[in-house]
Amino acid sequence: MNALRRNVLKGAAGAGTVAIAVAAGLLKPTQAMAAWNKSAFEAKNVGDAMKGLGVAGPADSKEITIKAPDIAENGAVVPVEVTSSIAGTTSIAILAEKNATPLVGTYNMAGGTQGYISTRIKMGQTSLVRAVVNAGGKSYTAAKEVKVTIGGCGG
Amino acid sequence: MHMNRREFLQLLAVAAASGMALDSKSALAGKAPANFYDVPRHGNVSFMHFTDCHAQLMPVWFREPNVNLGIGSANGKAPHLVGRHLLKKFGIKPGSAEAHAFTYLDFTEAAKVYGKVGGFAHLKTLVDKIRAQRPGALLLDGGDTWQGSATSLWTNAQDMVDACIALGVNIMTPHWESTFGAERVMEIVNGDFKKAGIDFVAQNVVTNDFGDQVFKPYVMKEMNGVKVAIIGQAFPYTPIANPRWMVPDWSFGIRDDGMQKWVDDARANGAKVVIVLSHNGMDVDLKMAGRVTGIDAIFGGHTHDGVPQPVKIRNAKGVTLVTNAGSNGKFLGVMDFDVRGGKIQSYQYRLLPVFSNLLPADPAMDALITKVRAPYEDKLSEKLAVTDDFLYRRGNFNGTWDQLLVDALMEVKGADAAFSPGFRWGTTLLPGDAITMERLMDQTAITYPQTTLTEMTGETIKSIMEDVADNLFNTDPYYQQGGDMVRVGGIEYTINPTKKIGQRISNMTLKGKPVDANTVYKVAGWAPVGEGAQGEPVWDVVAAYLRDKKVIKGLKLNEPRIVGIGKSNLGIADYRGGLS
Repeated sequence: MNALRRNVLKGAAGAGTVAIAVAAGLLKPTQAMAAWNKSAFEAKNVGDAMKGLGVAGPADSKEITIKAPDIAENGAVVPVEVTSSIAGTTSIAILAEKNATPLVGTYNMAGGTQGYISTRIKMGQTSLVRAVVNAGGKSYTAAKEVKVTIGGCGG
Repeated sequence: MHMNRREFLQLLAVAAASGMALDSKSALAGKAPANFYDVPRHGNVSFMHFTDCHAQLMPVWFREPNVNLGIGSANGKAPHLVGRHLLKKFGIKPGSAEAHAFTYLDFTEAAKVYGKVGGFAHLKTLVDKIRAQRPGALLLDGGDTWQGSATSLWTNAQDMVDACIALGVNIMTPHWESTFGAERVMEIVNGDFKKAGIDFVAQNVVTNDFGDQVFKPYVMKEMNGVKVAIIGQAFPYTPIANPRWMVPDWSFGIRDDGMQKWVDDARANGAKVVIVLSHNGMDVDLKMAGRVTGIDAIFGGHTHDGVPQPVKIRNAKGVTLVTNAGSNGKFLGVMDFDVRGGKIQSYQYRLLPVFSNLLPADPAMDALITKVRAPYEDKLSEKLAVTDDFLYRRGNFNGTWDQLLVDALMEVKGADAAFSPGFRWGTTLLPGDAITMERLMDQTAITYPQTTLTEMTGETIKSIMEDVADNLFNTDPYYQQGGDMVRVGGIEYTINPTKKIGQRISNMTLKGKPVDANTVYKVAGWAPVGEGAQGEPVWDVVAAYLRDKKVIKGLKLNEPRIVGIGKSNLGIADYRGGLS
């Protein structure tokens, strides 16, 4: 229990990492690299990250579904799927709000691509996982809480 | 629907008329009223369900809790009812055999009258009796079957595998089974169980890499011409509450979407009755029943709640019955459905207490158990000490057995404080009973028994307590893990279960002084979930302590002061720790 606790706390100090599992062709790596958004990815809080993404006051949307565990089995690799059924979705960003650097990844969709991404993110502590979707020049958002716990002591 | 409550009351009346009152001489003499277990069959589709027996092959004492708080919408409702509140809700007569089975009330006196509960040889007799009246009835095992005793640990679960095959189990779903490691689980599922025709089902266990099903999600059976589906739901938080490294390639979780998919699949394949055999814990089952449609009944376990009658949950398309069948081999659930015209017309449910004095031991099962125990008898029966105190574990905050464990850990390890996990298994001892090695193993028999001594700041200690309290008292059941609060030795505290994480624990003191956030304390513990932990097994530490003490008496139960729940909460009674 105690060793794990330390690992969890150590994780909290680390930055969010990105492990991308997007079907080939949906994302152009060179383009993504070229579009590296330093101010957004290095932002230390959600507000600054949003600012870096050029997003202000996104509207809550029920057309965004976030599939993630209620309690993470392993904070180092938390599976997250985001589906946006908003017409004309052009990008999806994922933020783990309480990570030291909340912005985990941004994904640009080529025209007509289904608004779906699946990835694994690192989370230091219990937090909202937020998706921010751009579509038709507007931004939308939804969030789901994922709990990161020390474990043990159950049952 | 059927008048279950009336029938239940009729059963009680029969029991009382047969001399089952508390002062009954026939009960004292262990004479069974011949009709106590006569449960007339209802309808044409029947299931028997036991769960969380925790490898107790022999009859035991098991005291139900006097603290089982429901938070948020669960407040004051089953299963969060204790003592007289539970009796009142279900119309059970105080002082009766059922009252003894379902509550902690007058436990030591009533235990002497009614005798021990459970034991596979006695359970076998009951299963066979019920089955004889219900041709084709299925026996479902809700899991936590392979862990909890010395012999299951020492035989690598083989004793329970053999006993379950002999008992006639048809279908099973897991939790603690996984702590024998993925390889051992698969060896049993694909070996002994396959050969015996036992189905091991779990829709919510998938591979970490591609999300493939690890086990069959459900099985379809035919009973008296009616197709029935049984879907498995393993304990969703196995890799969190127990060591993840033991099942490194498996992912669990609640997976409502998967459950809905398999229910729909079973219906599409002609199932007229859909059952979920669940190890979610009752609060999670109640929530799931409101979200997933098309389930007729969820037979639940994990939270060890002995709930006399099902809770009916309405959802978008109908009603789902939710049961929970207690623990330690103490109960057998019997559910009868009358299925006609392709649908369920009515049901009848009984949660039968297994009184070993009222059910003769099945000779073949008795012989099997005797054979299993023979190589270990000397070790099992070693008398470590005698207890003058009443030793039990179950309850949200602490039990005297856990107090004994944390006292031993602190003294042997020279620690300021100690933590013991909030496990809900572990048997009970009456004042005057011997504490044998077997009884100590009932509290400690796990595959990761190492003891630890760790330096922690006051802040870390508080954050651990907050974390565990949130696993118990989160208002959303899907964030609960189903254990009880970590047992704390050495540190007194106040808890407000209704607050949010970080704000529940206050007034922490050690030897009368406030626990300081920055001061480092030595904290003893056991059952580390991280891989590679070193340390003497907890049973050796406590056995040495018991041999030295010889007599256990005057245990000082460290229970927190509870605030924020009021004085009349139905989930707490006879509480000595202070309540407001």
